[in-house]
Amino acid sequence: MIKFTNVFKAFPKGGLALKDVSFHVAKGEFAFLTGHSGAGKSTVMKLIYADERPTSGEVRVSGYNVNEMRPRDVPMLRRKLGIVFQDFRLLEDRTAEENVAFTLEVTSARSSTIAARVMRVLTQVGLAAKAQAYPRELSGGEQQRVAIARALVNEPTVLLADEPTGNLDERATRGVFQLLRDINASGTAVVMATHDLDLVRQAPYRVIELQEGALVYDSAVDEAGTHDQATSGGGGGGGGGGGGAGGGAS
Amino acid sequence: MNLTLRESMLTFKRAPLLSALSVTTIAFSLFVLGLFGLVVVNLQDALRGVEERVEVVAYLLPGAPVEAVAQALKDIEAFPEVQSAMYVSEDDALARARAELVELRDVMQELERNPLPASIEVKLKPGFRDTDHVSAVAERLRGFGFVDDVRFGRDWVEKLDRLRGLAAAVGIVVGAAFAVVAIIIIGTTIRMAVLQRSREIAIMRLVGATDGFIRRPFLLQGAIKGLLGGAVAIGLSFAAYLLINRYLLQSAFFTREQAAAIVAFGALIGLLGSAMSVGRHLKRV
Repeated sequence: MIKFTNVFKAFPKGGLALKDVSFHVAKGEFAFLTGHSGAGKSTVMKLIYADERPTSGEVRVSGYNVNEMRPRDVPMLRRKLGIVFQDFRLLEDRTAEENVAFTLEVTSARSSTIAARVMRVLTQVGLAAKAQAYPRELSGGEQQRVAIARALVNEPTVLLADEPTGNLDERATRGVFQLLRDINASGTAVVMATHDLDLVRQAPYRVIELQEGALVYDSAVDEAGTHDQATSGGGGGGGGGGGGAGGGAS
Repeated sequence: MNLTLRESMLTFKRAPLLSALSVTTIAFSLFVLGLFGLVVVNLQDALRGVEERVEVVAYLLPGAPVEAVAQALKDIEAFPEVQSAMYVSEDDALARARAELVELRDVMQELERNPLPASIEVKLKPGFRDTDHVSAVAERLRGFGFVDDVRFGRDWVEKLDRLRGLAAAVGIVVGAAFAVVAIIIIGTTIRMAVLQRSREIAIMRLVGATDGFIRRPFLLQGAIKGLLGGAVAIGLSFAAYLLINRYLLQSAFFTREQAAAIVAFGALIGLLGSAMSVGRHLKRV
């Protein structure tokens, strides 16, 4: 599904954003991408949705080779991905419903199906009642739900979430995280970049940790064999990763 | 297409001032073009009128044999450039002079002998009234043995020719200059529109809109602005034409086809301006 093989990415002005990063996220998997600011999480995300190309190494996503992609294939790749950001990136002059419908309109979906599909995802994220509200009339958590609905409406195989809870209070964070877990439970792979270690500890998911552009910990590799154990085992792995990140920050 | 059209129209709502500004600037550019066009159209009409009167006159030696002259007339009329050739006898010439030169009528009455020569007046077909053709015909007329002299007002023909050339050249230069200005203005407004909507464009890209899809509303928007600008320019030109007609001189307006061409040219400028701008600026968003 997503495969990084010895990926290096240089900053335009020198220095390396990523150093020899390799990992593989399988279909339907949930993976945390952790590390403090500047560790390379966003660069990894950008490589996945082909906003950047690797300096060397190989990035494969949903059957596309990001290294050699023709520019006109980039939109086709993105239609298979759902992308959510910390700052929601909603259009202020459109209602929740219109923000979601926008995705379908710009990807030339059949117009007769748009309303029903939009309503279905808004219901899925629990915002059907606020379909007519503008972003400024919604709380942060609700805005992020709209953004998630927008990411889901094209039925992506992978949902990329770059610090989706970074701007949310604790309660909204829990709600959004639960929503992402539900989405994953229904079969969509989720890659979530976050530096919220509490969140990482809460869940039994895989943790990939970056430090200064290098992959320093991958629970799927470093705890091979124990990964399939009970929830507590996975949680322990997450805790270990969190400890590493904490050490890097101090 | 539906969405493209809606998005294009929405820009007028989202940025009414900017849109009005671009339409106005295109309208004024095309208005100046239109005014110039009116001058050209009317000048062309005037030139055509003057050209109608361009003729070559061959004066005959006294006592030219009638049969030879009659044959020459037929030959001359067979020239590809010639519309008509008319023989004017000595008596006809005198009668005409008497009729036209009223002041000299008394002098004419006292003449013992008719001093005027017979002549052949040659009118040329339209399209053959420029210097080159006129000279060529004159040269051939000189070849007839009984022709004394050939006059065709060479200066006059040459001046006309130069005036027309100048009008066309100035028209092309001014037209091109204003087209370039209009393209730059449209390009700038598209640039502003792209920057204004950079957030939206970024989101469109993220959710998988193709570049063509993103570009289309801007192109259509440019074309619509050009079209509107062209229509306004025609309106302004028409107002100017009415004023000139009323207070200055009788003049002609564009034909329906010419007016449509100006509006279409506006749309083309709009399309061109946005096409040149949008690709460049989308890359930076």
